[in-house]
Amino acid sequence: MLSSVILVPAVLNGLMTGAVYALIALGLTLIYGVLHIINFAHGALLTAAMFAAFFAHTLLGLDPYVAALGLTPLFFLLGYGLQRFVIGPAAHGEDRNILLVTLGLAVVIENALLYAFRADTRTINLPYAFDVVEVGTAFLAVPRVIAFIVVVAVALALWLIMRWTDTGKAIRAVAKEKRGAELVGIDVAHIYAVTFGLGTACLAIAACLLIPTYYVNPQAGNAFVLIAFTIVVLGGMGSVTGALIGGLFVGVVESLSSLYLGESLGQIGIFAMFILVLLFRPSGLFGERA
Amino acid sequence: MRGFAPILIVTALLATVPLITSSNVVLNFLVVALLIALVGQGWNLLGGYGGQYSFGHAAFFGTGAYATAILQVQYGINAWLGLLIGIAAGALVGAVIGALSFRSGLKGSYFALVTLAFAEVLRIIASVAPITGAGVGTLIKLDLRPEAFQFQSRAPFYWIILALVGLSLVLIRMIEDSRFGAYLVALRENEDAAQALGVNTTMVKLLAMTISAAITAAGGCFYAQYFLFIDAGIAYGPWISVEALLAPIIGGIGTVFGPLLGALVVKTLGELTKLMTGDAPGLDLVIYGSVLILVIAFAPRGISGILLDLQRRLRSLRRAAPASLGGGHG
Repeated sequence: MLSSVILVPAVLNGLMTGAVYALIALGLTLIYGVLHIINFAHGALLTAAMFAAFFAHTLLGLDPYVAALGLTPLFFLLGYGLQRFVIGPAAHGEDRNILLVTLGLAVVIENALLYAFRADTRTINLPYAFDVVEVGTAFLAVPRVIAFIVVVAVALALWLIMRWTDTGKAIRAVAKEKRGAELVGIDVAHIYAVTFGLGTACLAIAACLLIPTYYVNPQAGNAFVLIAFTIVVLGGMGSVTGALIGGLFVGVVESLSSLYLGESLGQIGIFAMFILVLLFRPSGLFGERA
Repeated sequence: MRGFAPILIVTALLATVPLITSSNVVLNFLVVALLIALVGQGWNLLGGYGGQYSFGHAAFFGTGAYATAILQVQYGINAWLGLLIGIAAGALVGAVIGALSFRSGLKGSYFALVTLAFAEVLRIIASVAPITGAGVGTLIKLDLRPEAFQFQSRAPFYWIILALVGLSLVLIRMIEDSRFGAYLVALRENEDAAQALGVNTTMVKLLAMTISAAITAAGGCFYAQYFLFIDAGIAYGPWISVEALLAPIIGGIGTVFGPLLGALVVKTLGELTKLMTGDAPGLDLVIYGSVLILVIAFAPRGISGILLDLQRRLRSLRRAAPASLGGGHG
């Protein structure tokens, strides 16, 4: 049962899937770390990005990996605009209101997509979708390997932005001490919007990585975001390292539990883990604050 | 008795509707609106008065609905008894989720997340468990006798849901006047301060959640009896969690009449959208979501807030009118 011939490919595949989970969770945790809100519109925005990648392929003939180059800045702007002109002003700075506004956005986006494209499930066909590479005893799908590499690159790029650019420093300053950052002349509303934009841009990349092997319908993003919530809670809200490790961990757990328990039970396993962590260790396995 | 007279008047006025019209369209519309008002009143107690925003009231609605349906279909238990057991089952689920989350000190975003997660877990379980009919759903057998909580016409259903809404209004009004209600509002405004003054905030929140769940579960039981069909997506789906919070927030959060007012407005908007665009899926929810954002942005106290402001402005205008006239001549 535990032979390495089955186990190693399952773990490797789990890591590949987990990488995309990690990227989605990264966007969520980034927004939480700076704005201290849970973005309930994350799932709907991911769905929107998946539709964008889908239509970039079917209408413009763009390969998803090429489309990512255009969609990423586009979704950065979308996220920036949403925070700057909708969420920020509407919430009057109250956490409870922000929750409701992001929920409202989720309802609007998801149902606008439903209205526009109906509940049909769509997929795209790419010539390389079923290509595999051999890693040791495991055969890994090419799109998943690409996804893994891209996520590592994106995480690295984000780290460099945070570490070395002025905007990155400003983001970290706002996350640590909002009032202090304001006092030294940082435009907090702008930084909030930039952070929200970065989080949304992560979704555009994730969508382009998902679309070669996954389908899209108006609710496609929700499944991923519930997993992302789990990862973010597991890794500690606001912790970027936590999101990355948590993402890979959940990917492996899911892969192994669907190997041994079957698909639908594997889903409940993730929720059970989510609720248990929320209840008994809400600061996450890697987080410091309660 | 202050504040109870409006409840009596509104309920009595609404009770005359079936005497005026026998139009099924009108009655059906009002039944659904009152159902949302009831479910929303449940959310309002916990969210509006207690400040604990649940994103998963579907957990209670669905439990009420499934309890009523399963007891009848699988065990042949009378529907009226099923209603009572359904309410109790909903309250129990509320108490369990509340106990787990409040004892762990979850609030704000975390509370919203955990309630959402519980509702989703229940939805997934209901969509695979054999006892709920899994993916097929549960159909309650047609049995048009009052003893079986089924009626030939819509009017009795209408009066029953109206009575339930009326009861919930009275209950919330009584809670407003009670010590428990004062504790609840105190912890909404400042939980640490309330605790420092000796309020057992965990117990107060837990009690609020249990009552809140019971009210919402009553809505679920009624839904099952009225439509005679439920499945996992209806009973535990996110739609009811959203409508539960939409009604009180749009009508006026933390007010007795907020959920009723909000439910009527929301459902009217929904019907108007359907009339104008045909039955396009999704569009009504796009409108609901937009209204939610607009209300939070521009009228945080909802429609009743707007009405109160208008009333105040009218009154001050009336008072100011003679003075300003005099000023104009001088």
